[in-house]
Amino acid sequence: MNWPALTVFVALFILVTVLGFVAARWRSGDLTLLHEWGLGGRRFGTVVTWFLLGGDLYTAYTFVAVPALVYGAGALGFFAVPYTIMIYPLLYLIFPKVWELAHRKGYVTSSDIVEGQYGNKWLALAVGVTGIVATMPYIALQLVGMQVVIGAMGVTGDGIVGDLPLIIAFLILAAFTYTSGLRAPAMIAVVKDILIYVVVIAVTIWVPYKMGGFGPIFAAVPPAKLTLAAPAAATYGTYSVYATLALGSAFALFLYPHSLTAILSSQSPGAIRRNAALLPAYSLVLGLLALLGFMAVALKVNADPAFADGFKHYGNNFSVPALILSVFPGWFAGVAFAAIAIGALVPSAIMSIACANIVSRTFYKGLLAPHATDAQESSVAKLASLVVKLGALVFIIFVPVPYALQFQLLGGLWMIQILPSVILGLYLPFLNGWALLIGWLVGTGLGTWMASTTAFKAAVFTLSLGGISFPGYIALWSLLANIIVAVVLSLAFAPFERVKPRKA
Amino acid sequence: MAPPPTPEPRRSPLRLLLILPFIAMLWVSTYNSTTPELFGFPFFYWYQLLWVIIAAAIAAIVYKVEH
Repeated sequence: MNWPALTVFVALFILVTVLGFVAARWRSGDLTLLHEWGLGGRRFGTVVTWFLLGGDLYTAYTFVAVPALVYGAGALGFFAVPYTIMIYPLLYLIFPKVWELAHRKGYVTSSDIVEGQYGNKWLALAVGVTGIVATMPYIALQLVGMQVVIGAMGVTGDGIVGDLPLIIAFLILAAFTYTSGLRAPAMIAVVKDILIYVVVIAVTIWVPYKMGGFGPIFAAVPPAKLTLAAPAAATYGTYSVYATLALGSAFALFLYPHSLTAILSSQSPGAIRRNAALLPAYSLVLGLLALLGFMAVALKVNADPAFADGFKHYGNNFSVPALILSVFPGWFAGVAFAAIAIGALVPSAIMSIACANIVSRTFYKGLLAPHATDAQESSVAKLASLVVKLGALVFIIFVPVPYALQFQLLGGLWMIQILPSVILGLYLPFLNGWALLIGWLVGTGLGTWMASTTAFKAAVFTLSLGGISFPGYIALWSLLANIIVAVVLSLAFAPFERVKPRKA
Repeated sequence: MAPPPTPEPRRSPLRLLLILPFIAMLWVSTYNSTTPELFGFPFFYWYQLLWVIIAAAIAAIVYKVEH
């Protein structure tokens, strides 16, 4: 048991818990209204939106898994950097438009938007279900990050005892989300980011200082891992893999219910556009974090017998905790681990709130009880947030980690399928709700089939065209099929549509 | 309710600059190399980190011009 680390860790966790409950009073509003509980009253300015989106996009899993991928696979893991570079032009150009539509019509979720745009309940249902199904494993993955750092402090045990710290952390999370809504993660995100920045700066100064600069770190990495393998003849090889993983992830990101929740909770389109220029500060941090994977290689943490158990338990995900434990004193390791664990709480809270918004708005009020009062709608959302989190907790305790990773892979390729319905409709007014629904079905089916050909172990499928092969991210290939079907069918359906102007 | 939204900004042709990060990042063969190095960083890494800054600067410029 690492007592100094554990003490600091617990102290920071208590601080954050108190903040979570205090948050209910911050810029207080009537928390029995869905847009107050679930969107913080749409009053968050540039700075809070920055922290909230940052907390959303750069999660515990990112801080553990991206360096772990670089540690294991080398240059390929760095695709996270071009991915986060490409999301900001998209944020600048597209999402202020989405915000304005949602603000004008009082939409809370992507299902609301679709229902309002096309008046098709089935499409709205498909969009809502996609959001929830794709988010659950994402929450579960946050817990994997938390599990790894708790294990790294020597808190281990068999069966239910081993899972106890995680269960306690989640009960706390559930309680403050229930009472404070979106205000809680917004406030905690500030603490989380300060801790993350401190840790990242400390590591990226201290490790190169000890090793005599970045040169020796890169020199210690096998040369084959430093760059992507050059593609053979007649294939785009790793190049198309790298590019499509980045682009596909960028497209999927803002479709996740939790990203949209953070965007809709900001007070103006200007606050969103300013964030397109300010959020890349996180991408720099992400790039530095990715390099922690190489630092772990250079310091040969896997050769240290003290970490043998950790690597056996958590695989490459243990590389960052091992690196931190091997270079810093116990108390600072506690700060770093708290940063990662709190970095899991923030997105988990936002994700469960976002799913809860969908359940209450689309499923409850939209389909089951159209005449529900605002207060009933809001209390259904609060209950749903508990159920979603419980689902994620059960998931992580009973489903082994490799399976969770496969679900995450599927999550991304399912999530991207709502892009035509939510985004393209803003630009292509001729799109038809039923055509979009069929496109969604084709894209989801094709993507799932492509993933099944790899036994759900890889996110990459090779397309062959005119004798040249393009290995690439399944999400992007299946999205192409989705868009083609939706556009072609919309044009085909057009003559049969009674002339009725679409609700804009 | 929330304060009234700010009016849609005028659209500057500079918005076209926002395509540059996509071209640069998707054209992987232009940066898949270890040289030239900078401060010990192989080209592959410092070039992409540099683009983080360039992309942010482009967004900031377009924002300034439009608001």
